[in-house]
Amino acid sequence: MSAKISQIQYYLPENVLSNEYLVTQHPEWNPQKVESKVGIRNRHIALPEETALDMAVKAAEKLLVTVDPNTIDFVLFCTQSPDHLLPTSACIAQERLGLRTNIGSMDFNLGCSGYIYGLALAKGLISSGVAGNVLLLTGETYSKFMAVSDISNRSIFGDAATASLISKSDNDHIGEFVLGTDGKGAENLIVRNIGAKNSFSSINGERPELYMNGPEIFNFTIETIPPLVEAVCVKNRIARNDVDYVILHQANKYIIEFLISTIGLDPSKCHIDMLEYGNTVSNTIPIALKDSWDRGLIKTGDKVLLAGFGVGYSWGSTIIRV
Amino acid sequence: MDKFTTILADALEMDIAAVKGSDKFREYEEWDSLAVLSVIAMIKQNYGITIPRKEFDTLLTIEELYSYISANKG
Repeated sequence: MSAKISQIQYYLPENVLSNEYLVTQHPEWNPQKVESKVGIRNRHIALPEETALDMAVKAAEKLLVTVDPNTIDFVLFCTQSPDHLLPTSACIAQERLGLRTNIGSMDFNLGCSGYIYGLALAKGLISSGVAGNVLLLTGETYSKFMAVSDISNRSIFGDAATASLISKSDNDHIGEFVLGTDGKGAENLIVRNIGAKNSFSSINGERPELYMNGPEIFNFTIETIPPLVEAVCVKNRIARNDVDYVILHQANKYIIEFLISTIGLDPSKCHIDMLEYGNTVSNTIPIALKDSWDRGLIKTGDKVLLAGFGVGYSWGSTIIRV
Repeated sequence: MDKFTTILADALEMDIAAVKGSDKFREYEEWDSLAVLSVIAMIKQNYGITIPRKEFDTLLTIEELYSYISANKG
């Protein structure tokens, strides 16, 4: 049994955090430089009462306008901002979306590599006959892990959610995967102060705090991603020049441009667009895929290379046929 | 060393005349989080290495940075 991505929808929270606003809070900050080099002008930020699950449900509701909810037989939800430690957010999504109860639902905790892992899991569920239509959700609200004074992270990250329908198909549209993990990078992108390790100190009113060691994450990216792209082409038996379009995790423009030039990719075939979104973690790849389709940048039959990388460290890549 | 100073000035978008080997580069007005990425990218492109953050933080002057790269490049 083979699998394909049948449809993607996404949801962005209405509240927008602009460079113009950020500079009023941090006069020393350079909004022009952030737009031209980092490639970000606006980010959508969830309201205090709005969660990743709320947004993922909204994205899924858009998808279920044209898809019969009764056909969904598995829900996968990629998030690092679950509503609760327990129960699993995907179980709550099942109820809120009015899906059948004789289906599987589970969360998985990954960041910027999450969509690739979600595709790998969905393909596995379908090819093993466990499921026929997997609802793959991503939802992230890193904004809830940042202090107002944390200009570095606030200028980079945006909140978003996406919903993809992965269905069984006659031909294999989702290719071979190359995945990677290196836990030695755990300390470099971490919310350290909330969790069992620290006795859930949030009950004392302490806010979860995102720490990112930017230079070390950049080191990891430039060492790991060029060989990853090479390996996924080899595994899929596709020459790099035969790839029609490349969607790397939209971390920021500077990193993507450096990877494009280091790997030697054709910039006209590579997606760079986080201008109105920021880095939306596990949402960047499905958002880019849908935008590319809607804008006519990819068409039926195209081979599109996807690669995600980040917190963990965790990385993964595959090549899909649209 | 002259070549290194030139490409470092370029990465920092600074006038070459304003960059000396004995300078503590983190004290430049141009030094910010993007400048760090530019320097990491420049070192990787020209010398093929990345410097672990813990070691990078101990390198204070341009000369020290260059010595480290010279000793560690592939």
